[in-house]
Parts: sequence; structure tokens; C-alpha cells
Amino acid sequence: MTCTEFLALLDELIDDDVSNDTRAQLQEHLKGCDHCEVTLNTTRKTIEIYRSHEVYELPNSVRERLHAAIMARCKNGC
Amino acid sequence: MATIQIGENEQHPDVALVASARGGDVHAFETLVNKYDRQIFRIAQHITQNKEDAQDVVQDAFLKAYEKLDQFQGNSKFYTWLVRIAVNESLMRLRKRRTGKMVSIDDDIETEEGSVPRDLADWSPNPEQNYGQAELAEILRKTIQGLPHGFRIVFVLRDVDGLSTEETAETLGLSVPAVKSRLLRSRLQLRERLSRYFRKKKAGEK
Repeated sequence: MTCTEFLALLDELIDDDVSNDTRAQLQEHLKGCDHCEVTLNTTRKTIEIYRSHEVYELPNSVRERLHAAIMARCKNGC
Repeated sequence: MATIQIGENEQHPDVALVASARGGDVHAFETLVNKYDRQIFRIAQHITQNKEDAQDVVQDAFLKAYEKLDQFQGNSKFYTWLVRIAVNESLMRLRKRRTGKMVSIDDDIETEEGSVPRDLADWSPNPEQNYGQAELAEILRKTIQGLPHGFRIVFVLRDVDGLSTEETAETLGLSVPAVKSRLLRSRLQLRERLSRYFRKKKAGEK
């Protein structure tokens, strides 16, 4: 397996959406390819960081204001 | 077999809330607002890149959803239906800001950047711990803002919000292969850009 072929299946590997055969081939490639191993690990880390850190917080004061506005109009039938 | 039957009959908790809201129970609708407002704000902010617009989208998307509850078919999840409304509202705001220029989810994707990894340095273990919370949030914001919005939104729905590939495709009106291709390129581009901050420092580097 070449690096290009590995990259084409990177998402499937990360999302655990590969057959056992393909997974074995991908792992075989990783054994001999530091570059692809780094790419895989740092891509996984990228996703994990974005998933665990809120980039855009909605402050409580704004939430309350928005809720009040939404509910007031809903109660009046919009 | 019993397990499968239970699985089939299992109802998403939103189904009952939507039914009550349709029947005029505004508190049921309020529960849905409480449940999803942060996610809707996040999606709107990622698309519009503007706080005021994103807040307006939250309000307008929920109001529109309330008005259209009767049209909600129930063959998709309430959340994905709501996200679709919010994405459309966000694109409309973006269009207004760009003085009427057509804006769609297909814009700005003519880029090959990041489809081949260039920065192959490994990262420090837990690299995010080298930054304070506010500094890290700024890095993550700046980095994702650099992606075309058609990529950004696929990454946010799929990887941050946890929608499936099929749900993301349905929500954005894209094909499954288009979502897959954008997701891979988003992930690789973000990785490449974050590498600048997170790569292991060589001896002597600050």
C-alpha cells in the first residue's frame, strides 16, 4: 500500500469504518511509514481537540435574552 | 430478536416533545430550545463568523421551526431538521453581509490546500496543555476560520456535533461522496494548520 492509498482511507480508519482485511493492510503500512503514522495520530488529535473545546460560547445572559424573545413570540402564535 | 424489536420501537425523546409542542404546549418547545440553542449558535457562528448574526439566527431558526412544526415529517430527526433551517438562515445572513452576492454551501471549495500532508513533524504529547484556555480557544477559532465555509460546516456537523455522514449530507443538501471528500480535506487542513502550534519543538527552539 502506498501513502496515497493510505490517505484515501484515512477517514474510514479514523471512523472505524473499514473491513478487517483493509484494517490489516493499513496497519501493515503504518509499521513501515512514520509519516502516515504522524498524520493519523495528529489528525485524530485535531478532531479530539475540536470536539472537547468549545470555540464559540453562548453567554448565559444572551441565552436568557434569546429564550425570552423566542418564547414571547411563540406564546403569541409567532 | 427481542433486542431488535425494542430497538425498532425505541422513540427519540424529541418525538414526544415535538408532538406536545404541535399540540400547543409551548413549554415542550422551550425544552427543545434549551436543549439545542448552544449547538445552533455554534453552527451559525461558524458559518456567519459574526456574533450578532449568529444570535439572530438562533432566534429566527427556532421561530421558523415553531411555525413549521406541522410540516415536520418525523422521518428525520428534529435536530437535523432544525440544523437545516439554521444553515439556510445563516447563509442568508452571510449573503446580506456580502451585499447580495449569492452564497451557497458550494462556494470557495476550489482549493487543493492540505489534501497532501506537508508538515510531518510529530506533536508534543497533549499539546493543548501548553496553552491557556483563552489562548487555545483563539488558536482553534483562527485555524478553523481559515477553512472555506463549505468545509468548515461539514467538519463542525460531522466531527464536533457528531452527525453521521448521511445526516450531514441530508442537512446540507450534499451527496454522501461530497461530504466524505470535504471531511477528509477539512481534517487534513486543520491538522496542517494546527501543526504550526502543536508540533514538537526541536532542541534550541523556543
